[in-house]
Amino acid sequence: MSVDLCGIELAHPVINGSGTFDVIAARRVFGASLDEQFPFSAFVSKTITLQPRIGNPPPRLFETPAGLVNSIGLPNRGLAGYLEHDLPELATLAVPLITNVMGSNADEVGELFEALEGREEIAAIELNVSCPNVKTGLDIGSDPAELHRLLAAVRDKTSKPLIVKLTPNTADVALVASAAEASGADAVSLINTLRAFAADPAQPGKPWLGGGSGGQSGAAIRAVALAQTSAVAAAVKLPIIAMGGISSAANGRQFLDAGAVVIAVGTESFRDPAAAGAIRDGLAQLA
Amino acid sequence: MLTSSVRWGGGSDERPYLPRAISVLAAGDGQLSFVLEVVGPGTERLVELGAGDRLRLLGPLGKGFTAPDGDRRAVICGGGIGIAPLAMLQHQLLAQEVELVALLGFRDGAHAAGAKLLAGAQIATDDGSVGHRGLVTELLLAELDRDARAVIYSCGPPQMLEAVRAISVASGVPAQLALEAPMACGYGACFGCVVKINDGSFRRTCLDGPVVSADQLATDWLLGEGQR
Repeated sequence: MSVDLCGIELAHPVINGSGTFDVIAARRVFGASLDEQFPFSAFVSKTITLQPRIGNPPPRLFETPAGLVNSIGLPNRGLAGYLEHDLPELATLAVPLITNVMGSNADEVGELFEALEGREEIAAIELNVSCPNVKTGLDIGSDPAELHRLLAAVRDKTSKPLIVKLTPNTADVALVASAAEASGADAVSLINTLRAFAADPAQPGKPWLGGGSGGQSGAAIRAVALAQTSAVAAAVKLPIIAMGGISSAANGRQFLDAGAVVIAVGTESFRDPAAAGAIRDGLAQLA
Repeated sequence: MLTSSVRWGGGSDERPYLPRAISVLAAGDGQLSFVLEVVGPGTERLVELGAGDRLRLLGPLGKGFTAPDGDRRAVICGGGIGIAPLAMLQHQLLAQEVELVALLGFRDGAHAAGAKLLAGAQIATDDGSVGHRGLVTELLLAELDRDARAVIYSCGPPQMLEAVRAISVASGVPAQLALEAPMACGYGACFGCVVKINDGSFRRTCLDGPVVSADQLATDWLLGEGQR
């Protein structure tokens, strides 16, 4: 069951999607049993930004047919808070730690990379490129050329394995993945949430979510995620971390069969904190 | 407590998808009791359950009520479906011999039938069909006029909780409010159930609530009350 993810040995192929599991909170709720039965073979942090963010005003969630639209807004303590408060606690996990970061330009991303470079506790960096370019308004990760420019400027700021978390909100995700591969990425992860709108039932035309627009996750996006995983697998040689509505060993297996080496569980953990462990165990039986 | 049945999904609007956060009415002898009101596809599915059907439960979760300090009495003030955790609270406070009164508000006489879940409650109904005609917070103000050495315990519709919050802040009588927030996970993972607190930041209702002190809430916390 063990897998190699750009040089990091993982005991099995199931990790968490960034921002879908908070180890520090879960330890408060589940106590020592969380670490004893930790379901993930690596832990991916929520997105860390240079400055602290309080996140979007509520409501932040909207239940849809077989899914969820969220507009959480990447709340986090900021880089300094992460290094001081979160990292020491995350470092006590028995599994490799992947730190997810986002910056709105190459300077910000470069600063984040450099700050994490000396931290041995961090096995790899995942770069969230679902961030709007302040000048164009387009997500950096939606445009292969723009992603290439960003990665070319920051790739040498870290010697750690670099995973690029692709956005599905683009014309051709395989082209973006190819740009990531050509620009020094060591792995890609996909899919992030699909851009979505939740209509306020009481105010026609108005958004329900406090943050305005949101991102769709859950079983509703699984078929889309599988198509994008296949497309990326056909286009690049990089290891692929696949996610998007995975809820069972059987449908997780489909992502591995489509070319992923690792799968991530996200929204299903919200529905059931034991889901990822059951998927891991189920995959071992399928193997 | 988060609940979902084994047969989930496929209801109205192809929901429910997420589990539902529900307070416990009573616990003991290997049994848990809940009060349900059908407000959407989740509660719709839960009331369809019959004997022998299986339920997935996660809990107990979050922070509950704490007993009053010193010589303060307890003034329980709630309404609607929010009476469930107040009934459990009353049971626990009576076992600790805490002096208390219970004030409950309902839409009408039919809903007021739920008042029997608490012992000796004074009732207010919007239509006056049972008890005081008007708001339960009018009963609360009268009760605090009588004796303000109290802690208010409240659960109910958001507008009622806001009225109790404002009374607590204006009177200086501490209040513990049990909030309801739609949540995806119940254990701090999704960051979806936040409520705005008085320093302008957001706290997760599942971890730092659902019971919060009235003076901790931002004055505009009520914005963003959620989907059912």
